[in-house]
Amino acid sequence: MTATFWRESWIICRRQLRTALRNPAWVLIGIFQPILYLFLFGPLLKPLVAQLGATNAYTFFVPGMLVQLGIFGAFFAGFSLIGEWREGVIEAERVTPASRTALLVGRLGRDLLQLLVQALILVGLGWVLGMQAPLSGAVLGVLLTLAIGGACAAASNALALTTKSEDVMAPVVNVVMMPVLLLSGILLPMTIGPPWLVEFSKFMPVRHIVDAVRSAFAGHASLDTMFWGSAWAALLLLAAVWWGTATFRKENA
Amino acid sequence: MIHARGLVQTFHTRQGKKKTEVRAVDGVDLDVAEGEVVGFLGPNGAGKTTTLRMLTTLITPTAGTATVAGHDIVREPVEVRKRIGYVSQSGSTFSSARAGEEVMDHGMLYGRTQAQVEKRGKELFAELQLDGLWERMPKNMSGGQKRRLDIVMGLIHDPTLVFLDEPTTGLDPQARANLWTHIADLRTRRGATVFITTHYLDEADALSDRIVIIDRGRIVAADTSENLKAQVSGDLVSLEVADPAARTTVAEKLGSIAEPPRHGLPGVEIDGVHVRGRIQRAGRALPGLLSSLHDAGVVLDAIEVHRPTLDDVFLTLTGRSLRDAEGGGEDGEAAAQTGAHPTTTDDMTGALR
Repeated sequence: MTATFWRESWIICRRQLRTALRNPAWVLIGIFQPILYLFLFGPLLKPLVAQLGATNAYTFFVPGMLVQLGIFGAFFAGFSLIGEWREGVIEAERVTPASRTALLVGRLGRDLLQLLVQALILVGLGWVLGMQAPLSGAVLGVLLTLAIGGACAAASNALALTTKSEDVMAPVVNVVMMPVLLLSGILLPMTIGPPWLVEFSKFMPVRHIVDAVRSAFAGHASLDTMFWGSAWAALLLLAAVWWGTATFRKENA
Repeated sequence: MIHARGLVQTFHTRQGKKKTEVRAVDGVDLDVAEGEVVGFLGPNGAGKTTTLRMLTTLITPTAGTATVAGHDIVREPVEVRKRIGYVSQSGSTFSSARAGEEVMDHGMLYGRTQAQVEKRGKELFAELQLDGLWERMPKNMSGGQKRRLDIVMGLIHDPTLVFLDEPTTGLDPQARANLWTHIADLRTRRGATVFITTHYLDEADALSDRIVIIDRGRIVAADTSENLKAQVSGDLVSLEVADPAARTTVAEKLGSIAEPPRHGLPGVEIDGVHVRGRIQRAGRALPGLLSSLHDAGVVLDAIEVHRPTLDDVFLTLTGRSLRDAEGGGEDGEAAAQTGAHPTTTDDMTGALR
């Protein structure tokens, strides 16, 4: 990781941010999303909170929301890459001596910055609404969210450069997202389900990350939970960055 | 500047269960000297762009070796990239970014500082008649302006070797002529070696010192335009005769001095009111022909003499006209185009599994 690498990543990132900020509608949608969830979905959980095994609806709900933002927002990051590819931007970048990993990392920088802003709004509002979470736990939870978000954004970029078509990519993203949403306990905890579903969901890596983020916010994180959550987040991030770099390096990209 | 030996690129296409291998480039040898302007001519789908993408390190050759700007394209791609400029067929700028910012970011990826690329970028904008368009979005530029912006992108780091892929495709004649002067400037003003792919005969003729012709993935000729044309036997002489009976006489007389049919070029033929045939050194042979026709009492309505064109060269070399190859070469083109996607299909099934 040399200075050149970070410089190249920054050039790519700055360019991406400029494009994003020139289209403020998307920035606003990204900011309003967590707000709407908190105000329109949060109250529904309040009467159910005891049944879910929690004491505070927002302490339970905010971490789930956070991971959902991280995963789902990032999964759509690749769509803009297809447009860039079509206009020859990717080829123009690949013909320069810039590191192929920097071409990906620069784009991840944009996605992570957007995610961080969304996360800060979500957690901040959570506190305003009565969430009870220690600062250290919240920081840890946001960091884990950024890791899984980065993994999803990298995978989304890789998928975009592999399919090179929105029409092909959209169904693939949906096919991947459905089991993630249903099996990771983002909206409701898996522990309230029947035993077979609980066991089955343990095969879903994101479930362990959701558990870790949620227990970090609750302030009673066990070493075991945190270890598996962090390990999965780190592993997915590494694998996705490797895959993403490979597609930028690959022929025909 | 460029030395390539036996470059091969194969793509795998899949139609249902049948897997076929397409050799888009099938053993290309190329030598380009420093300071040369070389035109890489061939019909669509002949393997021009694929060869170019190998030389610019965008794809790895299936077989063969090449050194470009002094470095091996497979072992030292980064060194090659630092020294070459590439103006791709598909454009290189994001349509809703500012032109100047795109150029500066591109230059900075070559390790130049922001101040350096801003200065150089503005100089190039002036040179390529893009003054006042620094803040303009590419989507609001004309086709010619956009192509010139692509050239600025390719030149921002002052490369010693510039690749241009079909630079004038889709431009109107005026923008095209304008771009030609800028391409010619690349060598005269900055001493760059230039490698241009094109399927336009006039473009190859007008811009290059030397022409390399590729057909079906193989190099079929490499020489100066003059030498290539000299290989074609004879100038095309076309005589317009109104009187149908006289046309046979004209065909006979022309046939006695014209070249016999060979290499896909026809012999003497009657086409409507025209009688055509190829004659070596028409300037010397014509007076004799004309006086014998005059003696035979034949009245000619018009006389045209055409020097051989690059299309005649292509016809002689491949037995097909370049225009026919464009139309009839659809198989090759389709293969080369799907050739870019099969890996996609493979990977897709992989992703879905």
